Amino acid sequence: MPHDHDDHHHDNELDPMAARVRALETILTEKGLIDPQAIDVIVDTYETKVGPRNGAKVVAKAWSDPEYADWLKRDATAAIESLSYTGRQGEHMQAVFNTPDTHNLVVCTLCSCYPWSVLGLPPVWYKSPPYRSKAVIDPRGVLVEFDLFLPDTTRIRVWDSTAELRYLVVPMRPEGSEGLSEEQLARLVTRDSMIGTGLALAPEAA
Amino acid sequence: MSLRELITHSRGLPASGDGPVFAEPWQAEAFAMAVALHDRGLFTWEEWAATLSGKLKHPGALDDASDYYSCWLEALESLIASKNVADSHDIDQLAAAWQRAAHATPHGQPIRLENDPDRS
Repeated sequence: MPHDHDDHHHDNELDPMAARVRALETILTEKGLIDPQAIDVIVDTYETKVGPRNGAKVVAKAWSDPEYADWLKRDATAAIESLSYTGRQGEHMQAVFNTPDTHNLVVCTLCSCYPWSVLGLPPVWYKSPPYRSKAVIDPRGVLVEFDLFLPDTTRIRVWDSTAELRYLVVPMRPEGSEGLSEEQLARLVTRDSMIGTGLALAPEAA
Repeated sequence: MSLRELITHSRGLPASGDGPVFAEPWQAEAFAMAVALHDRGLFTWEEWAATLSGKLKHPGALDDASDYYSCWLEALESLIASKNVADSHDIDQLAAAWQRAAHATPHGQPIRLENDPDRS
């Protein structure tokens, strides 16, 4: 990633944070603890290669293939790894399935643990203190902020992620999606629907 | 910024729906360094999450999470210090050297630590 500072017209300036990061990189490289090229690869991976499209493929496969859905329910870590989406932090995955009776919502009250391998890095709101604190206390109120209004009869279950265990919500398959291919189904699966702050799109909206 | 404003903002981002992952290059580098050091076994991810959580809980944490990667960097520095790799004094000194080097580098040229005029 380039270090552009085009807003300064005369001398180059490094802002304090950028300078501290450079200092850390220098020290860690000199001590042989990191390799600058490996750092670039990690950045590129998370900026361009890993994202919610991975999770959408997992969900679409679960919708289309009952055996896969069953495997995902029993051992999400292995079922997800079978699609080559592997967590780097050795975390376990659990898939939680939405039903008409139960809607699942994922948060990390501790920091921002998130299923990177299937969703990429979290959106800003996921990391924000209001979401992290309110999701547990008032999940229904949080969903209203997302314009998601669930029937009173639907129970909301909140899953608090940890460093060891991350959750993937499997949204309900939308009505009218019968006969769609896995690829078409995957397009209905939004990032928010896999966190539980949204639903899968209706086929006509995708 | 309220939660709703944050959500609206994230929806207004490019059509990929994912939005830019990092606001500034240093955030990406700080992120990647933590991942790389964990890969190398300098700390466990549990240690990382506990340290980051401690930094995120600071009084005055911003509701819009714009201080998230500052906390991330603090957590990284703190773990690096506790593993006796480098303390904050080392980092302060070298960060100042990088800033002097940047200042001494003509615009348009890559900044190199060797450009620090005070370099001994």
